[in-house]
Amino acid sequence: MAANSELTGLTLAQARDALAKGETTSVELTEAYIDTISTARPLNAFVTETPEKAMEMAKASDARRASGTVGAMEGLPLGIKDLFCTKDVLSTASSHILDGFQPPYESTVTTNLWNAGAVMLGKLNMDEFAMGSSNETSHYGPVANPWRPEGDNRTFVPGGSSGGSASSVAAEIVVAATGTDTGGSIRQPASFTGIVGAKPTYGRCSRFGVVAFASSLDQAGPMTRTVKDAAIMMGSMVGFDSMDSTSVDMPVPDFESALTGDIRGLKIGIPAEYRIDGMPAEIEKLWQQGEAWLRDAGAEIVPISLPHTKYALPAYYIVAPAEASSNLARYDGMRFGLRVEGQDLTKTYEKTRAEGFGAEVQRRIMIGTYVLSAGYYDAYYLKAQKVRTLIGQDFEQAFGQVDAILTPTAPSAAFAAGEKSGDPIAMYLNDVFTVPASMAGLPGMSVPAGLSDNGMPLGLQVLAPAFDEMTMFRVGGVLESAAAFTARPNKWWLA
Amino acid sequence: MSLDKDTVRRVARLARIEVAEDRLEALGQELNQIIGFVEQLDEVDTSSVAPMTSVAKQKLRWRADEVTSGGQAEKVTANAPSSDMNFFVVPKVVE
Repeated sequence: MAANSELTGLTLAQARDALAKGETTSVELTEAYIDTISTARPLNAFVTETPEKAMEMAKASDARRASGTVGAMEGLPLGIKDLFCTKDVLSTASSHILDGFQPPYESTVTTNLWNAGAVMLGKLNMDEFAMGSSNETSHYGPVANPWRPEGDNRTFVPGGSSGGSASSVAAEIVVAATGTDTGGSIRQPASFTGIVGAKPTYGRCSRFGVVAFASSLDQAGPMTRTVKDAAIMMGSMVGFDSMDSTSVDMPVPDFESALTGDIRGLKIGIPAEYRIDGMPAEIEKLWQQGEAWLRDAGAEIVPISLPHTKYALPAYYIVAPAEASSNLARYDGMRFGLRVEGQDLTKTYEKTRAEGFGAEVQRRIMIGTYVLSAGYYDAYYLKAQKVRTLIGQDFEQAFGQVDAILTPTAPSAAFAAGEKSGDPIAMYLNDVFTVPASMAGLPGMSVPAGLSDNGMPLGLQVLAPAFDEMTMFRVGGVLESAAAFTARPNKWWLA
Repeated sequence: MSLDKDTVRRVARLARIEVAEDRLEALGQELNQIIGFVEQLDEVDTSSVAPMTSVAKQKLRWRADEVTSGGQAEKVTANAPSSDMNFFVVPKVVE
């Protein structure tokens, strides 16, 4: 039998091939991960581990393989962000208000993954209701980044909101994980932890059974070790679903086949407005390096302008809280989760929501309530929707000239825990490069591209036109090969 | 625009979140910081711009008006903090 680290060291594509060749079994692979997870608890990446369910699913997978039925994700053990409803398994969105909630149904994305043969290792920690950029707002405590600068004993954040997903993939305690991205919640944590995170076009992944944050923005996607892994996994997550009114009924291409390694003749846009004031030199340098890599691979670099970039983040902080205030109205203490009794019905609502929601969630609900309230709707919400139109038009014009866009993923490397948690605006600025594509519903991915001066991972972001994930993966694949990012965190949690 | 104490109290009430009287001021400052940030949008001329209501340029689909699910009261109420005979038990609403 192979050593655990040999098995958990395999990428998703490698594990898939090893399973196909009979070099290992899903049971063996799953056992190796269950063991490894138990050594990595200081990361706090899981809200709920489901080892028994995992073993049951692994056995069933091996049995299917023996009978000749092999799905695209057959036997591969995954972590699932706790925003996805999983049937009869605690699903919390990392919120106190969903205490004890065991959905009687399964999200479409996870159903698709199980139908493709994947195995669930458990539910991953995240920012409460996906609201945060550092995974410090979880009711279940912060998640630690597997990476730390050399000689620094502080805990660093993994980014957010898919922090547990990012941390567990980077620490190699899951083959891959699901994430969700509303304003950057897949891409920014991927950048902070040296992994690949990809968000498909809005409408590709069904939102059914994914706890809603901001419905016009929420989109699920894969978080993986390589671009190829992301392409394989995304293929098993997407697809039309009549249970989601914004699900898109379009053919799903074979994303893996996009990885030709050939980008000769492609036009790559470099948006001037992403060169923001106070951008660290190391980010600027990495971005230029990325540009050079793509040029060397035969792409044509084209300077472009996305004039409304700076307004994407303020518009997002109207649209997202507005939608959240409406979506989160369902948590009333009556039908599921926490109830805190008050002297009457209204007091029961108020006490339940005051105790059940954390500070950041309360802040966003209140902002959303305010911008939607009588007399302010036009000034804030309607204004933000109009600016959103302009942001969408910027990208439309840009994609008239170029095939894809290259930007940094985040304006910094991962920061130390607690460094920004007292300042909401400083925290929001983490998403300055990811939010514009979210507002326009475009596909985007972060590819690990280098290390910061203090040895922390940095990602570059590839954006593509709507429904052109193929180009996104094609460019991402070339970027990955050129960057040859092989650095790995030294596993401090084992010490 | 900035939120005074009364506005914060009113918004908290609308959002059905209990906020202690001595927290209103500090919470107002936090919210004002965010409102100040989003007010940058005032710089943008949107007089001839239509609001975006959906990124997906598609019409909402129609479906046949048929029952597709139901008869699962037990499952529906299974997660309720309080339920009885497949009903949700809620605080008294009508006097």
